[in-house]
Amino acid sequence: MAENAKQKSDLLPTGHAPINQLAMTGIVKRFPGVLAADGIDFDVKAGEIHALLGENGAGKSTLMKMLYGLYHPDAGQIRINGQETTIRNPQDAIQHGIGMIHQHFMLVPSLTVAENIALGMKSSRGARLDLDVVSGRVLELSEIYNLKVDPDLPIWQLAVGEQQRVEILRALYKGAALLILDEPTAVLTPQEVDGLFRILNQLADDGHGLVFISHKLHEVLEISHRVTVLRDGRRVNSIPTSEATRPKLAEMMVGRPVLLEYDKNPPDPRDERLILDGVSALSNRGTVGLDDVSLRLRGGEIVGIAGVSGNGQQELAQCICGLRPLTAGSVTVDGSDVSNAHPSSLNAIGLSHIPEERMLDGVIKEFSVAENYVLQDHGHPKFTRGKIFMLFHKIREFCRRAIETYEIKTPSTETLVKSLSGGNIQKLVLARELSRDPGVLIAAQPTRGVDIGATEYIHQRLLQERDNGTAILLISEDLDEIRALSDRIAVMYEGRIVGEVENRDVDIEHLGLLMTGGG
Amino acid sequence: MAGRLNRLIDFAPVLIALILALLVASVLLLALNANPLEAYDFMLQGAAGSENALAETLVKATPILFVGIGITIAFRGGMINIGGEGQMIAGALAGVTVALVMGEMRVPPELAKEKGAFDLIIVACSLVGGFLMGALYGGLAGFLKAYFDVNEILSTIMLNQIAVQMMNFLLNGILLDPAEAGFNNIPKTARLVTAAQLPRFSINIDLPRQIGEIQHIELFARTRLHWGLLIAVFLAVIIYIFLWRTSLGYRIRAVGENQRASSYAGINVKRQMMFSMFLAGGFAGLAGVVQVLGLQYRLQTDGSPAGFTGAAGFNGIVAALFGGLNPIGAIPAAAFFGGLLVGAQKMQRELGVPASLITAVNGLIVVFVVSSEIFILQRSKRRVSVAENETPTLNPSPIKREGLASSDDGEEDG
Repeated sequence: MAENAKQKSDLLPTGHAPINQLAMTGIVKRFPGVLAADGIDFDVKAGEIHALLGENGAGKSTLMKMLYGLYHPDAGQIRINGQETTIRNPQDAIQHGIGMIHQHFMLVPSLTVAENIALGMKSSRGARLDLDVVSGRVLELSEIYNLKVDPDLPIWQLAVGEQQRVEILRALYKGAALLILDEPTAVLTPQEVDGLFRILNQLADDGHGLVFISHKLHEVLEISHRVTVLRDGRRVNSIPTSEATRPKLAEMMVGRPVLLEYDKNPPDPRDERLILDGVSALSNRGTVGLDDVSLRLRGGEIVGIAGVSGNGQQELAQCICGLRPLTAGSVTVDGSDVSNAHPSSLNAIGLSHIPEERMLDGVIKEFSVAENYVLQDHGHPKFTRGKIFMLFHKIREFCRRAIETYEIKTPSTETLVKSLSGGNIQKLVLARELSRDPGVLIAAQPTRGVDIGATEYIHQRLLQERDNGTAILLISEDLDEIRALSDRIAVMYEGRIVGEVENRDVDIEHLGLLMTGGG
Repeated sequence: MAGRLNRLIDFAPVLIALILALLVASVLLLALNANPLEAYDFMLQGAAGSENALAETLVKATPILFVGIGITIAFRGGMINIGGEGQMIAGALAGVTVALVMGEMRVPPELAKEKGAFDLIIVACSLVGGFLMGALYGGLAGFLKAYFDVNEILSTIMLNQIAVQMMNFLLNGILLDPAEAGFNNIPKTARLVTAAQLPRFSINIDLPRQIGEIQHIELFARTRLHWGLLIAVFLAVIIYIFLWRTSLGYRIRAVGENQRASSYAGINVKRQMMFSMFLAGGFAGLAGVVQVLGLQYRLQTDGSPAGFTGAAGFNGIVAALFGGLNPIGAIPAAAFFGGLLVGAQKMQRELGVPASLITAVNGLIVVFVVSSEIFILQRSKRRVSVAENETPTLNPSPIKREGLASSDDGEEDG
């Protein structure tokens, strides 16, 4: 897409003026104890999709929040069409034609599309609602941009991808010439990602500027025209996407060469270690969460569970780990029936679990690293005298060893876990679960929110554990992760397993169809 | 360096809270036409101006410390125990019954020659009885919370009322002092025999005055200071070790901080909830029985809710918070509140200002301490969220229970 095609001062299809050039220069933002942005330069032109790439904590969101008026820079300038501008709050940003699509949608589920878009805006009829006017304008816009949405449907009836379209429409309705999208693909299926990319390309063709925040390399390579990579609050480089490659970008992000594909040993499946037979369970809302799920895992293999989140993956992990009662079926670990067993007895027979919500389930944030390291084994004879008095010098010693082996970045074993970064907390959980020498490992979203460097490490460890004969159930929304690690892939949809395939002969289109209930 | 500074800033709010509370109290004093400086001077004199004043302060601090230790355990276990009053009464009723019954017993011949051995048994049995009854009373609220999800704040407040009326009923009935029966009918039990009383104590110090000459001082002689204080301080240390050095305490704290992670780790959350309330009630029960055995030598009330306890069941909550939810920290905190109460009486005598003003000061301190806790929490949250991560993929931290989280600073050491 030629980025110089839209340099005219024509109006956008919405009737608003475009932002031909937005430039942030020398942006500095300090938080207590942290330099979140250290003199960052960034610019977007009309008709351009500019990807902002970086690890967690690199400063991407901070930078964009300053553009959207949520934070204020300590130093530096923002120029819109050459004019220096101060953006005090999001209303200011919208006034200047800047819109932001957050990762978590800001929509009221019970209200209709039109009502959501009208929310917080003045009615053209004073005290009376003008929803028909809004509906008309929404239809008009959705026609111009080819964003099909029925303005009178309530949000809860829409799929995630459609909800995202509503968010985009809302920004356009308010006159956004520049759109900031914060990790917009995180919640989408592959088909929905394709749909989003078509929309983004059209927006760019029509003269909008787009900032695409992501840490997924292949998406950045596919959709953007230019890439800016941030690391530790600094801009590493800005390059045209045509000159970028995956390894090059990964190296810029992490600061060292990164393995993106793993050499896996050929699978060496052994005895069956985990057997699920017709397992059913209720969801939190009391509806059917798991429906007659049967699965067999052998030692030495990784089975990936793919699926859009909320299709029973969480219930599946909880059922195996004794955290959710089964309504039917049975779970067998290493030959013993553990249906509805208490987690403590599952700990004892060698089941480990990396929970999906690690900040809530996996660690106690107010406890120290060492204390968290013995969350299950705090009463183990190895760590206690008479099972009562905890031997903290021993716990610390074991913990220190884990910190070294797993390269967990923490000032000491006594640091409270809440002050560790997400990736390091996940490494700590991984270290703890693997230290217990599991026969079966349930790994739910093991690298969600974890940066590339730590992801690489966690993946290597999981593969190593597989080669040692552990049966690993890998539950992930990240298809790339599933593809990279699994020997077999099972797809979950609405609480059922709707397909199971060998990883080597998998067809990504087919997988995507299964994930959305088709196929 | 920055960490140390942050810690200091985290701790300062507690002191600032105290100063603010005293400042607001000054306004109240001015409204009562009293000079605040003069009033505080009298308070200081009343609380620590003499040997006897100091002893009275410690006597008042004793039940507050017992309750405060228990409240600390409950808070650490994620339970908010407002039932210290009721649990104190339950413990006192059980303890006084044991003491009265055993006091009437004849000394078994095999113990008769060991002087005081049977006395010790009576006292020990009374203390254990008081502990157990208070523990059952507190454990009841824990049970209701664990199995029926009954809010423990509400249930413990209700149980306080029940305990007060039960005490009034018993003290006017079967526990009524036979000497009072048909006479005044003042609700009180018979006086305990000397054998069932907790002894008083004094401290002997030999000070070198001049070369070769030694002055002998007996501190706290002829005051009401009794062994209850020593037991309380000893137990505070024990509970500190229990909470931070044993697997039992680890489980209580784990459940208090994060129930989901605890059940994930295989900890029986319901059992821990009951256990922490059981212990909390037990310590309040000890407070009650120690008041009887060490100070009043009988259980008596004026029929009002705080007639027997002197509101120690509530003051213990304040002391626990002020002590940073750490049993060791509860020791100076309890002494401080004991001093406030004793000092207030002096202030009342000298200036005619109602001593109940000190209840207001207590309340103000709670308000300021709790808001400073929230301030600390927000500070640390901001530090963390900024320092570690800016992606929203991390789950937002759960809202801290009831906003009364403690700052865990300095609880773990080598």
